[in-house]
Amino acid sequence: MQLSARHQEYWSKNLRITAFLLGIWFFVTFVLVYFARDITFNFFGWPFSFWVAAQGALVVYCLIIWYYAHYMNKLDIEYGVSEGEE
Amino acid sequence: MFGNEKQSKSEFIQGLNKVYTWYTGGFVAFVILLAILEQMGMPKAWIGYSFLAATVLLYAGIGVMSRTNDAAEYYVAGRRVPAMYNGMATGADWMSAASFIGMAGTLYLTGYGGLAFILGWTGGYCLVALFLAPYLRKFGQFTIPDFLGARYEGNLPRLIGVFAAILCSFTYVVAQIYGVGLITARLTGLAFEVGIFAGLIGILVCSFLGGMRAVTWTQVAQYIILIIAYLLPVIWLSVKHTGVPIPQAVYGYTLEKVSAKEEQLLKDPKELEVRGIFKARSDAAVEKLKDVPAAMAADKAAAEKKVEELKASNGRLADIQAAEAALTKLPKDEAAARAAYTAARTSNAARANPPVRHAEPFPGKDDAARDIARKNFMALVFCLMIGTAALPHILMRYYTVPSVREARESVSWSLFFIFLLYFTAPALAVLAKFEVYTVLVNTPFANLPEWIARWSSVDASLLSVVDVNKDGILQLAEISIGGDIIVLATPEIGGLPYVVSGMVAAGGLAAALSTADGLLLTIANALSHDLYYKVLDPNASTARRVLVSKSLLLVVALAAAYVAAQKPADILFLVSAAFSFAAAAFFPALTLGIFWKRANKWGASLGMIAGLGITFYYMVTTQPWLYKLTHGAAITPEIAKANTWWDIAPISAGLFGVPLGFAVIIIVSLLTKAPGRDIQELVEHVRYPSLDGKTSAGSAAH
Repeated sequence: MQLSARHQEYWSKNLRITAFLLGIWFFVTFVLVYFARDITFNFFGWPFSFWVAAQGALVVYCLIIWYYAHYMNKLDIEYGVSEGEE
Repeated sequence: MFGNEKQSKSEFIQGLNKVYTWYTGGFVAFVILLAILEQMGMPKAWIGYSFLAATVLLYAGIGVMSRTNDAAEYYVAGRRVPAMYNGMATGADWMSAASFIGMAGTLYLTGYGGLAFILGWTGGYCLVALFLAPYLRKFGQFTIPDFLGARYEGNLPRLIGVFAAILCSFTYVVAQIYGVGLITARLTGLAFEVGIFAGLIGILVCSFLGGMRAVTWTQVAQYIILIIAYLLPVIWLSVKHTGVPIPQAVYGYTLEKVSAKEEQLLKDPKELEVRGIFKARSDAAVEKLKDVPAAMAADKAAAEKKVEELKASNGRLADIQAAEAALTKLPKDEAAARAAYTAARTSNAARANPPVRHAEPFPGKDDAARDIARKNFMALVFCLMIGTAALPHILMRYYTVPSVREARESVSWSLFFIFLLYFTAPALAVLAKFEVYTVLVNTPFANLPEWIARWSSVDASLLSVVDVNKDGILQLAEISIGGDIIVLATPEIGGLPYVVSGMVAAGGLAAALSTADGLLLTIANALSHDLYYKVLDPNASTARRVLVSKSLLLVVALAAAYVAAQKPADILFLVSAAFSFAAAAFFPALTLGIFWKRANKWGASLGMIAGLGITFYYMVTTQPWLYKLTHGAAITPEIAKANTWWDIAPISAGLFGVPLGFAVIIIVSLLTKAPGRDIQELVEHVRYPSLDGKTSAGSAAH
């Protein structure tokens, strides 16, 4: 089946959101950890870098996945590529 | 009960909600009943037996109720597991004995360093969600090698996939069965080997009868038990120390107190004295190693002299017997003596070290050492994340949901249910540390709580306290603690009744059994579906394929139990190695297969081989146990240093395997012929949930 321009657009939007969320994932995981020794201000009792690795990053991961599911499920309908209901 | 084709989707979900609400209520009622019986004087051993019997029978019951011989039911639970329930099942599938029992202990022992596991084992789900789950669901076959075989046209990539899937799943399943044996033995007092086979029955009844269908619904049940068992004692401990029942939100202040106490313990003269004694013992062992025969003779003479002195001075009979026992226990030959001295050197040197600062990232003696620590932390996080996104038993779970939409939502639920436990583990480690540092340390030996004696009699490697400097007071350096005890002993540390300890053990058992179920199924399916049906006998009937899978399941389970019963050394290393293998073998081939149409058969095959090969090579040349196994001689520090690249520890060998895998796939694919039109169409098919508005659920009939 030949892909229409709409299909191409859907895919490039998917790639864009994937790259954007991957950027957040990379920042939280690797950038913040790399500078862990330097960002040690007190955050409700935790040194900030400890809190990020123990709690903060996990919350961000959950949000990334939730947002992706939400965004893509809407995009499917918008571009008419969603699956029909059973 | 667990669904059939005639039911509508909402009826099915309502039915499930009802079943699992009743089930959770039943479990809570069961625990309360046991608590009442305990107060009325039921012996502890009986509580252990009740938990073991009740949970294993329950899992077996679900297995019997969902028995099936239909291929779609057996391999992918009929593809109608709702997103939330698949999330719970994935949570149980994912969280193994290592997560449940080992994680908090690792955090207790290593502080910030242990957070690599927390980050790696949750962040990997971002990659599952963004790169794999929805596309694999759209592809909609039965196994991960299925995708490799279809996308890369042929049996070669499929067979490499089968090999890699078995390699990482088998080492992993051995560790789970080992954990099952350990927990059963603790819970009931049965022998370790008996424990293994008791647990094995629980695993087999379930997966043997109903395949993925039975495993899914059992995993949901196991998740509910394991999460209740994990959270309850931590909440209790938090209320005890902070007055707030949300430990994850308030343990920052406890961490502050722990850090303040650490500074004090680092300088405390009594602590320094004890660490000095261990340092002296380690130095003595180093001296002995310089001339082993002379040291042996000196040890023997000293021991004989002591016996004679005691006898001459009419010492107490018990003292004389102890001295004589020490004399007979001396190593008999030079090799044994060398091993004993080496062990004494390492263990004493480790205990001479000052305590780790819990909140300090990448500790080290100078900047260079700190940089190496940081590099290895990040490399480990990388390998664990990519490995998480490549383990076949996890990816396989996303074949069981009804649609692409639900696959995306299901990853979200999976991480949420895993998050509940991983978010709590760092809190548990800090609360336990606070208890040890402030309540235990500086207690006179005569007043130590009763649980210390109980646990040190179970296994001295888990917990031992010795008054090294003979001042009658417990110093931190006098406690030797094994990571596994933290979770198992938390109820007793918090002063909870024994029934909670029993429940925690049952939770650990649920974690180990559920992971073992998923792994065994992965191995059996790789062999029966990919090797037998797709390669050896493509005309086999459905019933025959399921029969072959069931027989293989039995064989693999027995083989894994046999290996686990040998108590293989370095089992933790093998588990972590599985992540590096999975990462190097699967991740590049799967993601490029979806995101790059140009990737072809030869690129993928050679890329997988190269990634796996270099990972394996690096481990063999740098990891002590594997080095000895393959080279026949022990690794020396000089060899290890020469073989190490960029100071990376063997556990993170995937750091080299993954990029090489990507590079080889890209280069070889560009040098060879582009895949044909049908493959391009397959990739397009996978990228769009639906090109014609129809649901992909029809592929259940494949």
